[in-house]
Amino acid sequence: MDLSSALHLAIPELILAVSTLGILVYGALRGDKSAGTVAALCGVALIAAAFAAAFGGHGKVFNGSFIADGVALYAKVFIYIASAVIIVLGRGYFERLNNNRFEFPILVVLATLGMSMMVSAGDLIALYVGLELQSLSLYILAAFRRDDAKGSEAGLKYFVLGALSSGLLLYGASLVYGFTGSMNFDAIAAAAQANPQVGLIFGLVFVISGLAFKVSAAPFHMWTPDVYEGAPTPVVAFFAGAPKFAALVLLARTLNDGFAGLHDQWSQVMLALATLSFIVGGLGGLMQKDIKRLLAYSSIANMGYALLAMATGTAQGVQALLLFMVLYMIDTLGFFSVQMALSRKGVAVTKIDDLAGLSKINVKLTIVITVLCLSVLGMPPFSGFWGKFFVFGAALDAGYWGFAVAGLVASVIGAFYYLRIIKLMWFDGDKGEIDKSPFEAKWIAYAAAAFSFPVAMVALAWLYPLAANAVKSFGLN
Amino acid sequence: MLAIAFYIMAAVTVLSGAMVITSRNPVHSVLFLILAFFSAAGLFVLMGAEFLAMLLVVVYVGAVAVLFLFVVMMLDVDFVKLRQGFANYLPIGAVVGVLLLTELIMIAIAIADRGAAAGQSPQVYGPEMSNIEAIGRVLYTDYVYLFQASGLVLLVAMIGAIVLTLQHRVHVKRQDIHTQVTRRRKNAVEIVQVKTGEGIQE
Repeated sequence: MDLSSALHLAIPELILAVSTLGILVYGALRGDKSAGTVAALCGVALIAAAFAAAFGGHGKVFNGSFIADGVALYAKVFIYIASAVIIVLGRGYFERLNNNRFEFPILVVLATLGMSMMVSAGDLIALYVGLELQSLSLYILAAFRRDDAKGSEAGLKYFVLGALSSGLLLYGASLVYGFTGSMNFDAIAAAAQANPQVGLIFGLVFVISGLAFKVSAAPFHMWTPDVYEGAPTPVVAFFAGAPKFAALVLLARTLNDGFAGLHDQWSQVMLALATLSFIVGGLGGLMQKDIKRLLAYSSIANMGYALLAMATGTAQGVQALLLFMVLYMIDTLGFFSVQMALSRKGVAVTKIDDLAGLSKINVKLTIVITVLCLSVLGMPPFSGFWGKFFVFGAALDAGYWGFAVAGLVASVIGAFYYLRIIKLMWFDGDKGEIDKSPFEAKWIAYAAAAFSFPVAMVALAWLYPLAANAVKSFGLN
Repeated sequence: MLAIAFYIMAAVTVLSGAMVITSRNPVHSVLFLILAFFSAAGLFVLMGAEFLAMLLVVVYVGAVAVLFLFVVMMLDVDFVKLRQGFANYLPIGAVVGVLLLTELIMIAIAIADRGAAAGQSPQVYGPEMSNIEAIGRVLYTDYVYLFQASGLVLLVAMIGAIVLTLQHRVHVKRQDIHTQVTRRRKNAVEIVQVKTGEGIQE
């Protein structure tokens, strides 16, 4: 394909790349007083890119390193929208902190560009470059409050462990290249089919480990609680959703495109990661007192469900993954915006015990938290239930009875700490007035709660065929 | 002859790599790192990739390693303190290390047994085309997407360095070239007649 048709397929990325460069120059010239304009422009660029992705064509260009197919476009649309929401949340948050630097939205857009490279990656170099573009931006965002000791610690920890995981991934990629002689997923798949060697499988395991770190699946989850606790809340809301979705789609593509013939080998690895994530996420959450740390463990457990869906290696499994992650992203966005909406005398509410008796102070936010808790613990008919329903359906059809049961047990353990929050809020004595909630955090929380029930019921009728259609591009059965 | 050169340089690379992480003095570590880069550059030359070899020397030895050396010498790191927790982490570290080592040995056996890449060797261009020309032919054509994306990664690194370290202090004297250039004699110098023994007021 010639360059113009190649560029035509990459329009969403081009919009993001070119507009950030322009906005960056504008911001650098105008200084921090332009932060509001920069944020608005970045948001517009993301929405424009989401539209371009929604109506984008399919194809494989740049020597197979860029793939625009159903799954990539589906993921891109939701990732762009999630990032735009984060820019809105972050703008208000940093403005209230008087930490009003214009680089925040620009780094979010650059991270989003990395994610969109990841979901479109068709070879190992594109995989790595996309992942690094995303991770480097996220390291900086994690340490964005550089005067805050915990924030800097979170950024440094994330950076050091992230560098280690990138090293593992690169080593794995070099082994895969060495044993197949190609970087391209199609060529790797052909070589793996013809001659599956032990070195190739080792390489695959290293690549999976590197990516498992990025989605914080156990046993590569060590960074999650500390980073969630220390990093600024809108940044954590960003971490918890879009990058994990991108890394999971990338993993699904690597495994199903590049290593289709080795399903027996990699499904074992994925099942092991999923089971460990269930255990760590379920049990680790029980002892937490901090809301953000609790959400970190909850996200570890939820990655277990996503990996379980991926382990099946069927079209149904990938479809379940796509649906689960979109529903999960909306729930976590809601959770973190509620957390940003709550503060007492200017200090953010971070401890779970501080939520006690919230129903007597602010009924609306209490209802929002209750809905989101019920949704994440998987109570029907909330959206979280449907996500898990599709995952378990795919796992059972693939014959993974034991692992589905493990997932159910983890859900039940998780239910304990969500129910505890609900009980604290509705039945315990209150701890005093809370401040007036910031406008944008409040309304995003309302919207997320409204989505998880009842909008999700309607939206799923539209999302389900969308995901089913997207998965067709993987050519699985 | 080629084989001897390869084994010598490969051995030096591996040994100096091991020394980087084992030597007690961080300055020695950096020096061993430089040695490792040099011998890796030698390996590139043996493969016929002279341009990459020179790039490795210029970029990694000339810039990166020297920067490391500066950082190591400037930072006041207490290495005794850093090693304090070492014994606590030794058991789990040893388990992970032994696992990784076993894997590496298994891979090495697999390579020795069947060879990597099913007998494919890296594509070597003919003598009529130099390394630089070969890279130049694909860098802006086949790999333009990845090349531009790498540029964005570097941009992120630059933004990060500025975001995380730049402080706008208020009472800092900065150079203002415009005022320097437009400075005239009348607003800089004043000639005063001083009477002997009286001095100047003010």
